[in-house]
Amino acid sequence: MAEMTRTRLDEIVARYAGRRRDALLPVLWDVQREAGFVDAETALSISRTLRVPIAEIYGVIGFYALFSDEPEGETVIHLCTDPSCGLAGADAVLDGLCARLGVQPGVTTPDGRYTIKRSTCLGLCEHAPAALVCRRGEGEYSHAPVTDVAALLNGQRPARAAVVDGERQVLLAGAVPDHTESLAQYGDYAALRQALLTLTPEQVSAEVEASGLVGRGGAGFPTGMKWRFTRGATAQPHYAVCNADESEPGTFKDRVLLEHRPHLLLEGLLLCAYAIQARHAFVFIRGEYPEAATILEAAIREAQSAGLLGERIMGTDFSCSVEVRRGGGAYICGEETALFEAIEGKRGFPRIKPPYPTTHGLFNRPTSINNVETLCAVPAIVRNGAGWFRQWGTEKSTGTKLVSVSGHVRRPGVYEIPFGRTLRELLEGHCAGFVGEPQAVLMGGAAGTFLRADEIDVPLTYEALQAAGTTLGSGAVMVFNTEVDLRDVLRRLGHFFAHESCGKCFPCQLGTRRQMEILDRLAQPLPGDAERLRDIGLTMSEASLCGLGQTAAAAVLSALRKWPALFGAES
Amino acid sequence: MMSDASEMITLTIDGQQVTVAAGTTILEAARSVGIDVPVICYHEATTANGLCRVCVVDVDGGRLLQPACIVLCRAGMVVETRNERVERSRRTILEMLNSAVNLAEALAIQALLDDYGAQPDRFPAAEKRDHALIDDNPFYVRDYSQCVLCWRCVQVCAEDAQYTYALTLDHRGFETHVSTGFGVPMPESSCVFCGQCISVCPTGALKPKIEFGLEQGWTLEQIWENTRFLKKNRRKSG
Repeated sequence: MAEMTRTRLDEIVARYAGRRRDALLPVLWDVQREAGFVDAETALSISRTLRVPIAEIYGVIGFYALFSDEPEGETVIHLCTDPSCGLAGADAVLDGLCARLGVQPGVTTPDGRYTIKRSTCLGLCEHAPAALVCRRGEGEYSHAPVTDVAALLNGQRPARAAVVDGERQVLLAGAVPDHTESLAQYGDYAALRQALLTLTPEQVSAEVEASGLVGRGGAGFPTGMKWRFTRGATAQPHYAVCNADESEPGTFKDRVLLEHRPHLLLEGLLLCAYAIQARHAFVFIRGEYPEAATILEAAIREAQSAGLLGERIMGTDFSCSVEVRRGGGAYICGEETALFEAIEGKRGFPRIKPPYPTTHGLFNRPTSINNVETLCAVPAIVRNGAGWFRQWGTEKSTGTKLVSVSGHVRRPGVYEIPFGRTLRELLEGHCAGFVGEPQAVLMGGAAGTFLRADEIDVPLTYEALQAAGTTLGSGAVMVFNTEVDLRDVLRRLGHFFAHESCGKCFPCQLGTRRQMEILDRLAQPLPGDAERLRDIGLTMSEASLCGLGQTAAAAVLSALRKWPALFGAES
Repeated sequence: MMSDASEMITLTIDGQQVTVAAGTTILEAARSVGIDVPVICYHEATTANGLCRVCVVDVDGGRLLQPACIVLCRAGMVVETRNERVERSRRTILEMLNSAVNLAEALAIQALLDDYGAQPDRFPAAEKRDHALIDDNPFYVRDYSQCVLCWRCVQVCAEDAQYTYALTLDHRGFETHVSTGFGVPMPESSCVFCGQCISVCPTGALKPKIEFGLEQGWTLEQIWENTRFLKKNRRKSG
């Protein structure tokens, strides 16, 4: 390592003097960006500075896909090959890129300039095919769509033409595509002002509870109830955490909210912090969203200088800081307890529940962790009341929902619709119809389930989708036309889960790999493969430790039910 | 987390009424009435993490099976320790484990494979976790192709016993393996050669060097040479 880099790395680590283990991911990011990898000598100095055993630092580097313990190219390009990018020709782009550079994926070019890596979903599905570019000494940025390999290698950044549309009653009201809202445009947090000046914390969470708002990350837990439990927990301090680790293949609505409406999110997060009486809030953003992190950090500074965040907000007794933390590249960190582990500077292993985060969350303290979209719904609920929010949707699915639509529709994008619209209305209306003849729709992302083309009259509500044997999940809708070989889609899902299993519990650690191997040979299955997939799938679903493993076979099991012929002669 | 031990709870395990103190796990409750629930990662002396999921049982017919080693008994709980769902999960986990790991010296796991009618070749063309034997110190050898990832060695090296932190887990998913970090040989790590990792290893992955030597047919002379190397060196350099 060059002496100059050594000095710079020493300076970087020295900035973390006095910090603790929870600064591990931030310092690893700084070192990774500066040097392109984390060497043993720097790890030792991190170990001494943060007082973390060096072996554990190594274990953390090895866990996260965006950190490396050995030198790679000056520019590392992560190219997504998950279903939506796969449909858009990602394999050909990858082959073209590797052929041009004369290397295999994962191998650095002899001149040390480039490393090309296959990546799991980058959350840019409406701009497929997508790439994340990491340039040593400079930083990371996304490049999508990749239409020109030369432009990708030259460091150009194509403008994205986002579709941010739908009926836009709550979350996207006033949002302008490809435009980040400034504080002046957003306004000075009127709902927060109203709450701090006229409402008790109990009243805020009671209003949210009355609105029927449930978590939009996929699990659907009642938000106001979560806040009530956290506020009532006796241990101190309490933490408010925003889960912005959106990583479900086919899901990109949280990225759109972060990039377009950072102040809406901050106001929602501060309302949560007030309701649960937290003085510290964290936003954990997946490492693959560099633009979103930059935008949010700028918005935090803006809000802070306007006195809307920090000490004695709006002159009241309520103080709350907000800190952005970036993930290191791990789908599992979207699982709430794995996310806490990542903030705490550990491998992102999900914890055993109970105890639940409302009593034992971040740093083992009472914590409310909420999805980006969930928090973005809160300011309008506080301002307009629960009844206003309930004018949309049904008794059990209240308000509106963002859906991320990708694949074979004319206008892929993020749409805000009231609960109760049918899937057909979404796809044929908002999304302007199909490209080709529809064959299947994957609902809820890789962890979701398939619908056949004749099943799309189902209303988009939690209860109707559950009755139809499927799920809304995080709101991912991936459309496949009749040109698509669904076995190819299943193969990509298999690779996704094998790559993203954390390895903690045996069913998922082993099952995702065995499942991937069988899905890889679906064109020429071995006798008994359908039965093997069923046993692996049911075992992962029933015996895995966390939600990742419990859903890692959901799409495969639904395909087995709907299209047994895909899996060989058995049915 | 321990509840008041004086509080007694009654539940049903395999049709049998069982009364235990609050805070008792399902595993402990089952064992107290002679019902055997199989385990792989669980060890009385280490923190239970519910990793292997071979101890899963059916609780109240719930959607998810529950790991008996960590789930606490609740009053009125109806537990089935061995029904069709439980057997399918255990058998499939054992078959997958056998397809990935060399279990030749894991006799207890082999007995489970027999008990659950696991087919040894259930997963043809499956990738095995192959690792070369690591022989880098005079006290023990490491053969991670026999490692089932129960984590016990990592745990006793850390907060469960020794607070030495010589070991970590590297990579993730199927690729996960135990490592000292940065390819460091054991003598250059923080290992103090306390031997606790070897004593909790449930397979042949960690083995005392003398035992290894005897298996290899070493002479006493060879054993002496190969297991005293470090000490001799120290004396020389000191």
